[in-house]
Amino acid sequence: MSNQEPNHSFSSRIVVLPEANIDTDQIIPARFLTTTTKAGLGKVAFNDWRYNADGSNKPHILNEIDASEHRVLVAGNNLGCGSSREHAPWALMDYGFKAVISTEIADIFKSNSLKNGLLPVVVSPDIHDKLTQNPQQRVTIDLESCTLTLEDGTAVTFQVEAFARQCLLEGVDAMGWLLKRLPEIEAYEQANNKAA
Amino acid sequence: MSKPKSLFEKVWERHIVEEEGADKPAVLYIDLHLVHEVTSPQAFSELEARGLKVRRPDRTFATLDHSIPTLAPDAQGNRPYVTAQAKTQVETLEANAANHGLRLFGYDAENRGVVHVIGPEMGLTQPGFTVVCGDSHTSTHGAFGCIAFGIGTSEVGHVLATQCLAQRKPKTMRINITGALQPGVTGKDVALTVINTLGFSGGTGYALEYAGPVIEALDMEGRMTVCNLSIEAGARCGMIAPDQKTVEWLRGRQYVPQGAAYDEAAAQWLELKSDAGATFDTEITIDGSAIEPMATWGTSPDQGAPIVRGVPVAANEDEERALKYMGFTGGEAREVEKVDVVFIGSCTNGRMADLRAAAAIMKGRKVAPGVRALIVPGSEWVRVEAEKEGLHEVFLEAGAEWRLPGCSMCIAMNGDFVLPGQLAVSTSNRNFEGRQGPGSRTVLASPATAAASAIAGHVADPRQFMQLESA
Repeated sequence: MSNQEPNHSFSSRIVVLPEANIDTDQIIPARFLTTTTKAGLGKVAFNDWRYNADGSNKPHILNEIDASEHRVLVAGNNLGCGSSREHAPWALMDYGFKAVISTEIADIFKSNSLKNGLLPVVVSPDIHDKLTQNPQQRVTIDLESCTLTLEDGTAVTFQVEAFARQCLLEGVDAMGWLLKRLPEIEAYEQANNKAA
Repeated sequence: MSKPKSLFEKVWERHIVEEEGADKPAVLYIDLHLVHEVTSPQAFSELEARGLKVRRPDRTFATLDHSIPTLAPDAQGNRPYVTAQAKTQVETLEANAANHGLRLFGYDAENRGVVHVIGPEMGLTQPGFTVVCGDSHTSTHGAFGCIAFGIGTSEVGHVLATQCLAQRKPKTMRINITGALQPGVTGKDVALTVINTLGFSGGTGYALEYAGPVIEALDMEGRMTVCNLSIEAGARCGMIAPDQKTVEWLRGRQYVPQGAAYDEAAAQWLELKSDAGATFDTEITIDGSAIEPMATWGTSPDQGAPIVRGVPVAANEDEERALKYMGFTGGEAREVEKVDVVFIGSCTNGRMADLRAAAAIMKGRKVAPGVRALIVPGSEWVRVEAEKEGLHEVFLEAGAEWRLPGCSMCIAMNGDFVLPGQLAVSTSNRNFEGRQGPGSRTVLASPATAAASAIAGHVADPRQFMQLESA
């Protein structure tokens, strides 16, 4: 099981990283992918943005905040493009994030995030501007109603793929859901000459 | 008459175990699951935690490519791993493969190599298949008319356990490339033009089908390069309809049907092409005759331009930031880009045709002083073939390094990397900040352009080193 914690409704301050096209190589550089577990990747989240080559801190917002107070990452357009590495959402969650917001979120990254309980929230450019222009604000995210509420009271709904939402809300386990379909899978294999 | 169908729809429909609904995704059957050491350990741990075994070891194939050194072992057989953790990761896959009865193309296998190079090479990849791997460049296999896409580690676990994935059907986009390529223009230039046209997210939510005379005229290696880069425009996958070229390329390969059975299979593969009148959610056309040798100038694969036009002036803040990282002001000729490293290899351009193209330019010439050129074959088969043809001698005589197969400097997690501030011209797939090592600067280009740049010592149009037939 993934390290999911109840994520249905929460409120948090935001962290704004305004750069567009934050690829998964930035979220966790490839040289940290030799791990064989999911644990502890938060310390290398955005490693090359946060640390100098000698390991000392760079002046970066992710080094300056109390991660427990900032559970929502607001990024520029096209967040999470690039490599399929699930280590990216693992690293963000281990750092402390529970949701990521952008105007566009890359396909595989979105899917990987949902499977781990990191909520990808796609908003319009208008809402995105309201977030980036007031980076000190708190927002509330409710998965039940798929609503994002800004500090000024603006509330907008966002889309979450229905099955992924159900998995998160009801604790449905996607692998278990597929395993329940083994009879249908076997029937398909028989009918299509794909039996072992 | 049934409704005309696209290539994507035909392959998709044949793999539906359970249809999707408003509240549930489709259950999609997976014909071929390719596994490597980086994105699989946590998936195997998940199976173990649930007491499950790999359901279809016969449809699961593993290789070592991302973390493995490309230098030979020492006299005692010790391999120069970048870290002990990298060694552990390789050993973890070896143990998982043994435990689950998977075929692993390990160090002693003649077929080991980059996952997207060996799949087609062995004929594991066959037209009409669904192919997945925990690697975003799985889209490569679409060159054979497969629905092929990258997945995350959770999904690697799903496929190991059930041979299926929960999937929503993507939208479809056909990209028609008209005309004919000019001499000296390659599949990589087509791919960089396509993603430059679509933009980094122009393909998001889509399955792409590449079509038209330029695609038909490309060889299979060129088609693989085009499909490989589909993900760099955000697309789920890229596909090309199988044709006679596909059939001849795959004939006789290890895992395809042999003899009369092959011709029977091939006849079915040729039926997969999009029907006349098939509709797509989006359709675009690119003039293939206007494509020129391309090189990226920024930090995203879509930030590319014809080399002859020079480095563009920034059009927005993102481009400004990219130019700043690359050390350019914008508007300069590409000759100002002094090259420190040239990397030829990867799942994008580590095949025989790629090495031949690079060797044709390097033959009888020398890599410019101060340039490090690293040539990494995509697989053991490519290495052996290249050595039979003497390509390695061409590279070595030119002053380049000839390595063992692997992902190497493309992802820079095995100890092969570009130093901070250095400029690399690479045939790989990503020029993200630090992709080839912290602080590295990457220009993506074709093997011919990379080889030309190694010789010239700056980003160079390969046509100046080619004897081009007059049109």
